[in-house]
Amino acid sequence: MSSLNQTTDFTAALLAQFQDFEQGLNGKSQSAWHQIRRQAIQNFQQLGIPSTKHEEWKYTNLSKVFKQDYTFNSQSNLQKSDIEPLMLTGFEANVLVVVNGRFRADLSEIISPSNQLIIKTLAEVYESDHTLIEQYFAKHLNLKNEAFTALNTAFADSGLFIQVPHNQVVSHPVMIYYLNDSRTQSVAVQPRNLFVFGRSSQATIIEKYDTLGDFAGLTNLVGEVFVYENAHINHYRLQNERENAYQINTTQVQQNRDSHYNNITISLQGGLIRNNLNISLAGENIESHMLGLYMLDGKSHVDNHTIADHQQPNSMSNELYKGILADNSSGVFNGKIFVRKDAQKTNAYQQNRNVLLSDSASVNTKPQLEIWADDVKCSHGATTGSLDETAMFYLRARGIPPKEARALLVHAFAYEILEKIHIEALRAYLDEVVLTRLNQ
Amino acid sequence: MKLLPKMLKINNLRASIGEKEILKGINLEVKAGEVHAIMGPNGSGKSTLASILAGREDYEVNGGSVAYQDKDLLELAPEERAGEGIFLAFQYPVEIPGVSTTNFLKTAVNEIRKYRGLEPLDAVSFLKLMKEKAKVVNIDQSLLSRSLNEGFSGGEKKRNEIFQMAMLEPKLAILDETDSGLDIDALRIVAEGVNKLRSKDNATIVVTHYQRLLDYIVPDFVHVLYNGQIVKSGTKELALELEEKGYDWIKAEAVLQ
Repeated sequence: MSSLNQTTDFTAALLAQFQDFEQGLNGKSQSAWHQIRRQAIQNFQQLGIPSTKHEEWKYTNLSKVFKQDYTFNSQSNLQKSDIEPLMLTGFEANVLVVVNGRFRADLSEIISPSNQLIIKTLAEVYESDHTLIEQYFAKHLNLKNEAFTALNTAFADSGLFIQVPHNQVVSHPVMIYYLNDSRTQSVAVQPRNLFVFGRSSQATIIEKYDTLGDFAGLTNLVGEVFVYENAHINHYRLQNERENAYQINTTQVQQNRDSHYNNITISLQGGLIRNNLNISLAGENIESHMLGLYMLDGKSHVDNHTIADHQQPNSMSNELYKGILADNSSGVFNGKIFVRKDAQKTNAYQQNRNVLLSDSASVNTKPQLEIWADDVKCSHGATTGSLDETAMFYLRARGIPPKEARALLVHAFAYEILEKIHIEALRAYLDEVVLTRLNQ
Repeated sequence: MKLLPKMLKINNLRASIGEKEILKGINLEVKAGEVHAIMGPNGSGKSTLASILAGREDYEVNGGSVAYQDKDLLELAPEERAGEGIFLAFQYPVEIPGVSTTNFLKTAVNEIRKYRGLEPLDAVSFLKLMKEKAKVVNIDQSLLSRSLNEGFSGGEKKRNEIFQMAMLEPKLAILDETDSGLDIDALRIVAEGVNKLRSKDNATIVVTHYQRLLDYIVPDFVHVLYNGQIVKSGTKELALELEEKGYDWIKAEAVLQ
């Protein structure tokens, strides 16, 4: 247990904590897995918590995040009844519950057959077949440059392992609830995920994040996603939290040939959210879709960093992130497209569009393209503005008052993302959240 | 002769955008049942007048008054003017992605009903009304489920304006260059729609650049707007004279005044 209040203290305490953790491993500290962790903590020590001087953190100031006293590894006695109000209804799903960063089988309910969907902790995977860990764990992460990824990796001893074997179609979505129990103290948690989707498999993963209680919560999540050839994966993330809930969420996706990976990230509120979504298109004929909606008010801050890395020919990536910012909220979009020398005939599209609903809301947007191949189609662009005044006048001239006119326009702007969610009940739920917000 | 009730009275209206004065004292009176055409060369202030009547805030009114059914029109917000029965058919209808014409009109119809203290229309009555009015302007039903004006042709946009007018049943309709850019077939359809909606209780102001429209929508009065003022008024024969001689003789007369 550690009590911390500054980034330097935070770092020092984590290093001390790592030593405790290492001693607790007993004989296992020589394992190949632990060598990765040891390397990761060294990386973290060198990198430290990034300040706004860091190029990738220029517009996201973490200082308010580290003003809290966090407790790590805190236990929780959360019951099913505490969680139920936060659960989505209207569709059948495999329910996985992660409390304070730890998978809780007792609160989870898996309805798909075990030949379709394999759910374990990473520790269990290691016990039964440590080569799996060696094959996948921290394989494509940027531990040398990303402090939070290194930090998560250093402490990863459990985590969630989801596997869909070759040719299996998981008909029910996998719904993962991440709950931080901040009812008695501020907690910092580090969930870790490893998802392996086999050849020609198909699945939908939905992740929802919630913090219970009034104290602060900090989540540093790292997920590694392997999408084998011809697999079709939908991956949705729903972030709708309070102003003292903070999240750094890194998802590293590795796609093989003929696969489709479709990520939709909806951020409706949160004190500070940083999403890193990195996709490697490591084969031909791949499709990657990255869609995002951030609709913020109060002092919420959401930062989306994305990478589409085209490594092979004939693949396609399509990205659209839309932002609606009210009050004093702020947003960051930083999208990179790499097209490597071999990736001829690449199609890569990227758009970031923002609507500012108040004078004190702001967005920093930076689309980037780096192309080494010569026969490609790429486009990128960003727009930021207030609501279209001509459209507002058109609606008002038809008798629609300003508030309703604004709601109609903003809803239409947001719905372009929401309509891509293929689960009707989920889409309706999010639409309702958006409409309620607009009619406040 | 029966005295027609007064609908609109514009008195010495002056307006500017930025530093530039555009309307330099407009006087116009419109009674229920009448159709007025406002003609004039480009840049004379026709569209500005139409926009100001609908409540566009880009313009600054520097003087004069506009009385509409004994209310001070300039005091009303655009949505209140719509509630009071004013309708502007836009010269450039706005494309609004993600909002279907149906959904937009449902909101508009019910907001106007709310303004007038009426209950909202239920879904069934609304759809029935839509079907009925779509026939009047001969608009394709499939167009109505698409995003408002998005990807519509010029003719489709203008027809959609007249369809909206049919749905909202205004007392005073202002058609701002509704004919510009239309081929003769589209023009006929739009004009027929307008004519079907004419009655002794409502009035229409047709702002146009081309005399041709007035062959189809026959006006009671024609006014020539030049350099921010109405320099000549007459009956429909004036429009024919303009067609024959162009605007130059009006300009020459205006200079002499």
